[in-house]
Amino acid sequence: MVATVIGVTRDWDLAEECAQDAFVKALEHWGREGVPRNPGAWLTTTARNRAIDQLRRAAAGATKEREATEGTLAAMEQAEPTSPIDGAPIGDDRLRLMYTCCHPALSVEAQVALTLRTLAGLTTGEIARAFLVPEAAMAQRLVRAKRKIREAGIPYRVPPSDALAERTSAVLGVLYLLFNEGYSASSGALVRHDLCDEAIRLGRLLVQLTNGEREAVGLLSLMLLQHSRRATRLDAAGALVLLEDQDRTAWDRFAIAEGLGLVQSFPAREPAGPYELQAAIAACHAGARTAEATDWPRIAGLYGELARVVPSPVVELNRAVAVAMADGPAVGLRLVERLQETGALAGYHLLPATRADLLRRLDRREEAAEAYREALALAPTPAERDFLTARLDQSLAG
Amino acid sequence: MRYIMLICNDEVAWEKTPDDVKAANSAEYETFMGEMGGRNVLQGGERLRPVADATTVRVRDGKVVTVDGPFAETKEQIGGYFVVDCKDLDEAIEIAGKIPGARDGSIEVRPIWEM
Repeated sequence: MVATVIGVTRDWDLAEECAQDAFVKALEHWGREGVPRNPGAWLTTTARNRAIDQLRRAAAGATKEREATEGTLAAMEQAEPTSPIDGAPIGDDRLRLMYTCCHPALSVEAQVALTLRTLAGLTTGEIARAFLVPEAAMAQRLVRAKRKIREAGIPYRVPPSDALAERTSAVLGVLYLLFNEGYSASSGALVRHDLCDEAIRLGRLLVQLTNGEREAVGLLSLMLLQHSRRATRLDAAGALVLLEDQDRTAWDRFAIAEGLGLVQSFPAREPAGPYELQAAIAACHAGARTAEATDWPRIAGLYGELARVVPSPVVELNRAVAVAMADGPAVGLRLVERLQETGALAGYHLLPATRADLLRRLDRREEAAEAYREALALAPTPAERDFLTARLDQSLAG
Repeated sequence: MRYIMLICNDEVAWEKTPDDVKAANSAEYETFMGEMGGRNVLQGGERLRPVADATTVRVRDGKVVTVDGPFAETKEQIGGYFVVDCKDLDEAIEIAGKIPGARDGSIEVRPIWEM
C-alpha cells in the first residue's frame, strides 16, 4: 500500500504518514461499519486521498514548495486511477519500488537499506543491527537516499525495455548481497538469518512480478539451495564445516525441493545466465545424497560455462576445485598453478588454501604446510583462520 | 528537471592527443549538440579554457585573495559543461552517456537547485 501511495506522491515520508493515517481511520471506520470486501483497496484509496489532501494544503502554502507539489498533483490527477477496487496494480507498484530502490545512482549500501526498509518493512533499528551500524547512522543513510531520489529526479518506474536487463541485474545483485550478509554471518544471530529469509521472500516477489524472469528464477533457486544448508554450515563451536562433512539429513528438505523444482524448470537449450548456472551447481550438491555421490564432472562443466558468461579468476578457481574432484588433485593443481601465474588472485586467501588442499591430497606435506601458512596470512575471518590453522597443524604432524 | 553536466577529463592526457583526434572530437560534439537541440533538451553549454588559465578568488577577513589556477587540484579537470532540461535522471544519464567526453573522462550530472 505504501508503494502505491509513493507512486502518486513521490514523497516517501508523506506516503508513510498517509499509510499510518489510513490504518487509524480503518480501525475507526471498520469498527463501526464492518470490514469492507476489499480491505487492501480501502486502505490504499484512503491513504491516496489523504495524500492528495495533504499536497493540496502544501500547494496552498509556501511558494517555494508550490511548484514542486503542483507538478506532483498534476501528475497524480492525470495518472490512471490505480483503483484497487478493480484489482490493483499494487503488485506493479512494488515492482516499480524495487527498481527505484536499486537505482544505480544510489550507493549500494543505500540500495540495500532502502530495499529492506521499504520492501521488507524492516525497522531502521533492525537494519542497523543487521549491518552492525549505529541506528543513527542507518537513519541518516535512509534520509539521504530518499533525498537523493527526490532531488536528483530518480524516476519511480520499471525501466524501459532497453535498460531492463541491466537494471534487473542490479536488483538481483542487491537481493543476493542481502542474502550473503545473512548467509556468511559467523554468529548465527537470529537477525542475520532473517536477512536470508527477507532476501528469499523478495526474490519470490520479483519472480512473481516479472512473470518468471529467468535470472530472477535462477537467483531464487540459488538462494533456496544455499539456505537449505544453514543448519549444518557451522558446528556447535561456530567453526566452519566443509560441504563434504555436513550432515545432509539436517539440510532443509522443503527449501531443496522448491529450489530443485525451479532448477528443473530452467529452459534446456538457450544460454543460461550466471544465477541459473550457479543454481544448477548448487542443485548438484543438493541432489547428492552423500558427498561421494556428487556429480563433479557436471559441476566442472557448469563452472566452465559460468566462466564464459562471467569471466572471473574466482570462477576459474572454483572450476579447478571441481576438476580436482572429478579428475584428481594433480589435474586440478595444474589449473590452480596456472591461475597463480596470472597474478589475478594475489591477496585472495582461497587461492593458496586451494593449492594447499590439493598438495595435501597428493601427500606433498611440506609444500602443503607452506601454502596453508600463505593462506592463513590472508584469511579474513576467525572461523577461516581456525580451519586453516587446524589443517596446517595436520600437515606438520607425523 | 534541470541538470548541469560537468565534463571532466585529464587535461594533461588531452594535450598529448594528436590533432586529428582532437578534430574528430570536436565534430562529435557538434553532432551531440545537434541531436540534443533537436530533442529540445539543451539549455546551454560552453567549452572552458584549461585550468592553467583559471584564477581562483576568495575573500578572507574582508580581503580579496587571488590565486592562479583552479580551486582544487584534481586528477581530472572540468573542461566544459552543458545545462540540460529533461524528464528525469534516467534521461539525464542517457544524455550524459552520449557526451563524447564520457568515453575517456567523467560526466558529473548535478541537479540544478531551483529557487
